[in-house]
Amino acid sequence: MSDEAIAPSAGSEVESRAQVKARLAGLAFTLPAVGWILLFFAAPLAIMAAYSLMPLDSEGKPGPLSLAGYRAFFAESAYTAALWNSAVTTAVVVVVSTLLAYPFAYGIANILPRRWQRLALAMAILPFWTSYVVRSYAWLLALSPVGVINNLLLALHIVEHPLRLAYNPQATELGFVHFFIMLNALTIYANLVQINPHYALAARDLGASAWRCFLAVTLPLSIPGVAVGAFLTIVLCIGDFVTPQILGGFRGLLLPQVVMMQIQRQLNLPMASVMSLVLTLVVAIAYLGMQRWLRMARL
Amino acid sequence: MEPRSLARNLALRLTIAGLMGAALPLGVVSGAQAQGSLNVLTWCDHEDPTLLQPFEAANGVKINYKDISSTAQILAVLGQSKPGDWDVVVMDQTDTGRLAKMGLLAPLDAKDYPFADIPAEIANPKLSSFEGKLYTVPEKFGYNTVAFDKTAVSEGAMSDIQAPWDPKYKDRVAVYDYYVPEIQYVALALGKDPTAISDADLPAIKEKLAALKANAAMVGDVTPVQQALATGAVDILVGGGEWVTAGMAKDKPNLDYIIPKQGGIRWQQGLGVFAGSNNKSMATKFIQYILSPEGQGKLATSSCYWGMPANNKAVLTPEQKKILRWDDQPGYIKVSYPYLQMTPEMDQKLQALWAQVMQGK
Repeated sequence: MSDEAIAPSAGSEVESRAQVKARLAGLAFTLPAVGWILLFFAAPLAIMAAYSLMPLDSEGKPGPLSLAGYRAFFAESAYTAALWNSAVTTAVVVVVSTLLAYPFAYGIANILPRRWQRLALAMAILPFWTSYVVRSYAWLLALSPVGVINNLLLALHIVEHPLRLAYNPQATELGFVHFFIMLNALTIYANLVQINPHYALAARDLGASAWRCFLAVTLPLSIPGVAVGAFLTIVLCIGDFVTPQILGGFRGLLLPQVVMMQIQRQLNLPMASVMSLVLTLVVAIAYLGMQRWLRMARL
Repeated sequence: MEPRSLARNLALRLTIAGLMGAALPLGVVSGAQAQGSLNVLTWCDHEDPTLLQPFEAANGVKINYKDISSTAQILAVLGQSKPGDWDVVVMDQTDTGRLAKMGLLAPLDAKDYPFADIPAEIANPKLSSFEGKLYTVPEKFGYNTVAFDKTAVSEGAMSDIQAPWDPKYKDRVAVYDYYVPEIQYVALALGKDPTAISDADLPAIKEKLAALKANAAMVGDVTPVQQALATGAVDILVGGGEWVTAGMAKDKPNLDYIIPKQGGIRWQQGLGVFAGSNNKSMATKFIQYILSPEGQGKLATSSCYWGMPANNKAVLTPEQKKILRWDDQPGYIKVSYPYLQMTPEMDQKLQALWAQVMQGK
């Protein structure tokens, strides 16, 4: 064998060693993240799945492996109604908070002078600084029959009796929207400022109206921001227990409230696991449905 | 130091810190035990320093407590602990049999505790014993009946158990969200024995509970219902009692509670010692202290919530006794019923019934 033939082979061996080393280094870097996911997501999920298959017997002890827990969940109309309520509430919150957040984010990104944008963003996230529980109670003080809004309406003789603003599903939705509007505004803003302004200028140069330019250029390009905000809203809203507990007045339970009832009062972990996995499934379906628009790199 | 060494050093430090962090929860209890401590699973009323400090000072012991608010939480904590981690439990006495049957409680000697000073109904062995052995000692009780704003509704009207269903109070009623006493209260309003609810009673209870919910402005947890009554959002709280009104007596003298003439539901806390405790003698001393006249006075007026002391020799001022309705207690005890003792199956049925009513099903 000639030297010429050996030389490239030695070179490729060195190269492949370097590649293996780089691959191993890459793997090592991902290990903490993989470990984290395995330890704090996959393992608990597996444990929860195992629990869900061991429904409690009449003595309150875990029974043999079966799907009876799932059958019991879907057979109890109060539980399926809670799932439906959670889905409807989440859908309403996603739509309303997105519709309100979009113009807000658009205004900050495209209308406000750059020097005011930081201040506007700070104002947008200010409510995040207060405790979530405190914010919910603050809403209660505003909405209750003796709250600020009803007192004002009564003082102005607009109503004769206090309106029923608190302790209902609408109050829960309002509390959620207040929270998620900020989250959505931030994700949409982050997306909008990344859109190359020359695209819109080109569209206007070619004769598109401002509205047409928005609909055909800006809006489609900002969908990833909208989708990420909407998905985060779904994830956080559908699993929330605090807001409906404080503002909802038990007029239509949401599934997290029923999960808490299983745990707090009965320690019925199998049924709580069934319900939690059903919620996880809903989130997974939402993810699959929105996957094509979920581009975190655009944020 | 080279950057790689620095990184390795940092990684090592972080790993050690992480491992220490992971070990910390276990270390707290083990370390504290070594120094002479007593570990108590308790409701918030036992966490008041004015209650704990005299015992700690007299016995040179540190009380480590963990806040719980239901028997389910006790079981959840025990599920994450090893035998001996916890010494004393403050619990709903209705669940004495359940925990004793699971082998979690140590039998107690009645001679160690002042049963002679505890009213017979409160010392009821059905609540404190299992298979003839004493497992818990009653320490505090109160009522899930009707709390109300006496400037808005009259005491006379509230003395009828049917008052919260009256259409003239529509949207002025709040309902506490603990389904067991609420369902029992509804059973009582139907003229049934609330300590013997059977499957046959459930349809009527469901209908009556749905009517109560329809008349109510809200159903809620402790804080929302207390806030609703205190702020005037509602005038009547079904399931409320001295635990809602007594602590606010100074700031909200307009709030009061009543046991309707048809009766009410009585909650009752007991103290027990865990079977796995390695500190049973100190645990006994702690229970004796809580049951002492001084301990009982402090427990009754705890900053978390007030309630009637089990020991009728509790040290209380005349003003405190007035707020607690001390003189009315013999009559109240006679017309009140303890929480339902039930099988896990019945518990699940009641919870499902509650969820159905809350969903309007």
